[in-house]
Amino acid sequence: MLSIEVILAGAMMASLTLYVLLGGADFGGGVWDLLAALTKESGRKKAQRELIAEAIGPIWEANHVWLILVIVLLFTCFPSAFSVISTALHIPLVLMLIGIVLRGSAFIFRSYDNRADNVQRRWGRVFSIASLITPVLLGVTVGSISSGRIQIKDGIVTSGFVHSWLAPFPFAVGLFALALFAFLAAVYLTVEAKDEQLREDFRRRALVAAVMVGVLALVVFLFSFTGAPEIRRDLSASWWTWPLQIATAISAMGAIWFLWTRKFRLARVCAAAQVTLILWGWGAAMFPYLVVPGLTIQNAAAPAVTLQLTLIALVAGSLLLFPSFYYLFRIFKSNPEGATSQAQTTQRARPQDRE
Amino acid sequence: MNNLLAARSQMAMSLAFHILFAAAGIAMPLMMVIAEWRWRRTRDEIWLTLAKRWAKGTAILFAVGAVSGTVLSFELGLLWPEFMKFAGPIIGMPFSLEGFAFFTEAIFLGIYLYGWTRVSPRAHLWAGVMVALSGAASAVFVIIANAWMNTPTGFSFYAGKVANVDPIAAMMNPSALGQTIHMVLAAYAAVGFAVAGIHALALLRDKQNLFHCRALAVALAVGGVAAILQPLSGDILGQMLAKNQPVKLAAMEGHFKTEKGAPLHIGGWPDENAKTTRYAIEIPYALSLMAFHDPNATVRGLESFPRDEWPPVKIVHFSFQIMVAAGTAMMLVALWAARRAWLVWRKKGPLDSKWFLRAVIAASPLGFVAIEAGWMVTEVGRQPWIISGVMRTAEAVTPMPGLVVPFISFTLLYVFLGLTVLWLLKRQVADSPRVYADAAKPVEGAGYAFD
Repeated sequence: MLSIEVILAGAMMASLTLYVLLGGADFGGGVWDLLAALTKESGRKKAQRELIAEAIGPIWEANHVWLILVIVLLFTCFPSAFSVISTALHIPLVLMLIGIVLRGSAFIFRSYDNRADNVQRRWGRVFSIASLITPVLLGVTVGSISSGRIQIKDGIVTSGFVHSWLAPFPFAVGLFALALFAFLAAVYLTVEAKDEQLREDFRRRALVAAVMVGVLALVVFLFSFTGAPEIRRDLSASWWTWPLQIATAISAMGAIWFLWTRKFRLARVCAAAQVTLILWGWGAAMFPYLVVPGLTIQNAAAPAVTLQLTLIALVAGSLLLFPSFYYLFRIFKSNPEGATSQAQTTQRARPQDRE
Repeated sequence: MNNLLAARSQMAMSLAFHILFAAAGIAMPLMMVIAEWRWRRTRDEIWLTLAKRWAKGTAILFAVGAVSGTVLSFELGLLWPEFMKFAGPIIGMPFSLEGFAFFTEAIFLGIYLYGWTRVSPRAHLWAGVMVALSGAASAVFVIIANAWMNTPTGFSFYAGKVANVDPIAAMMNPSALGQTIHMVLAAYAAVGFAVAGIHALALLRDKQNLFHCRALAVALAVGGVAAILQPLSGDILGQMLAKNQPVKLAAMEGHFKTEKGAPLHIGGWPDENAKTTRYAIEIPYALSLMAFHDPNATVRGLESFPRDEWPPVKIVHFSFQIMVAAGTAMMLVALWAARRAWLVWRKKGPLDSKWFLRAVIAASPLGFVAIEAGWMVTEVGRQPWIISGVMRTAEAVTPMPGLVVPFISFTLLYVFLGLTVLWLLKRQVADSPRVYADAAKPVEGAGYAFD
């Protein structure tokens, strides 16, 4: 069963997981940037936004590459799936790309434009609205390929360019993805906040987001009866379902409990575990499909030699990638409290410094 | 606008936009690393200021390059699903490798930009070196994939299906070496000259400003060396074309008749119906000499190919003329710069004579003009094929209707991004530091715009 195709599909899942855990949280940060508008006190509003910018500044571009890796693996190893997905989901994917472009460029423009409040606010709004829309469209894509709405005959999409995705289930998944990203971001920010009040702000947000995640998970589940019958059947009938569901539930409860008791590092571990389990639960339910119901890992796979070489490239690349990633995160994410002086902390949001 | 034309326009526009930022992502890191290295060696603060200034430019340009590159990786499927279905397994390999190069670039750029006070000076410089190397590596891998579209290798057909896929052989296709060298050099030349032009302009207004003097020196060194080497890589490509893509070469040269001792056409108006290029300056034997290094060699003309396999001759010919003209002008300015550098070194004159600065300013956009024109030659010159001789562009396009809508949307988006980037860079340049030889200290706040 563990053929090379399956291993590569697993690598794609792993890459997607890292994208959600890291890049997803960057989008979630954008959501909280938008919702900082709800904070009345202007100093705290600003402090929240600065913390978010500081948290994602050095890492968002590297995090974003996980998505590129998913796409490259998809078109190299499962070319017909890439072709079918990008045909049937042309519209949501184009919208998602516009979101990705605006999010990234507005974020960088904000860092390098005039520091005047109105200029900053304008870029901030583009950045945060794009951060809100993009995860929904990513979720729509995931929902659509699981839903069975994408119909294929002789390798050609027959379900059209709208029917394939315009349905309640994909959008429920989209909102669920948004809630997950926002939840991850809020939990991470509780660890990264340097002052008590900010930490409390994000603790409250994380708890609210956790509830939203629960509610939307239920909504997705209910819509899946009609919206994605194939994978719902898999998810409820397989032997691994209950252990997986229980593990997911435990991590979710753990995240809430540790947020409640202010053990933020543990909450972060639980939240990441929860999201990982949700993703892999979805992946296991999808198995062996890449696009339900027409394309499987087997029938979409590229020739064996391509798969073998890609696997070698992945292993070799990982030897370079993981140490570099570890180095990046060690520099910017380890021990944010206390390690730096006040002078540095006020500047860290900005990539430039005066010496 | 029909769908195929809309798809091609969107792809052309996306590529033309992305290449500007991709080129910056290759060359800017090299320049900022040189400046930082000079600072480490001399402890002269001007170099540090320069490194930080260029790093800011790199940050803006890289971010836009990263997102526009993401768009392209999706557009391969959004616009050309049949192409990717066919080509993915054969040419996915360099894209995978490029993925890792891009990762490395993004990781170390994060460390470089935000890590000035977080890592040791040595580690910081090395982070910059990693960015510069992985930027060039990314370019090499992507261009290898493009080269394969021009000269596809590494597979065969068996009973109408692809067989014997060999991704390594596909990567080693005949165009790969020439094209990668040509584009990497083009990036250094174009960015070097563009940056040099900005600092030359500042020097015209603010003579003796050491900040701009040094910036000009580094930018001209990077751009100038590349511009002087570029004709050599062009020669490699020319010979490769003569052998592997004779129809593209014929279109570039406006060369219609197959003949021995073929002349080179400079300028002129290719008339496809009359099968001749009018009003061109003809240099006898020169085309044979360039294509085969033999003045009497036979060069195939467009006439020897079926008419429906001709690329649009005028566009390819004019683009090629523009590229060569721009490249030649840059090479001449680079030689002038070398001469001036020699005089400075012998202490016989300053680097910044007025006419020289004016020449640098005039040459500064030419590298990007040449890059765009060169890609027109490569891509339009391959038409009507998306994969030379294997798959026609029309067969590869998506069945999705109404492609004119995303084309217009992305065009507007990119115009907006382009103008914003120009505005931000202008802001950066407008408050450059002022440093003069007699007082080796910044005079006006060293121009940190953000505090």
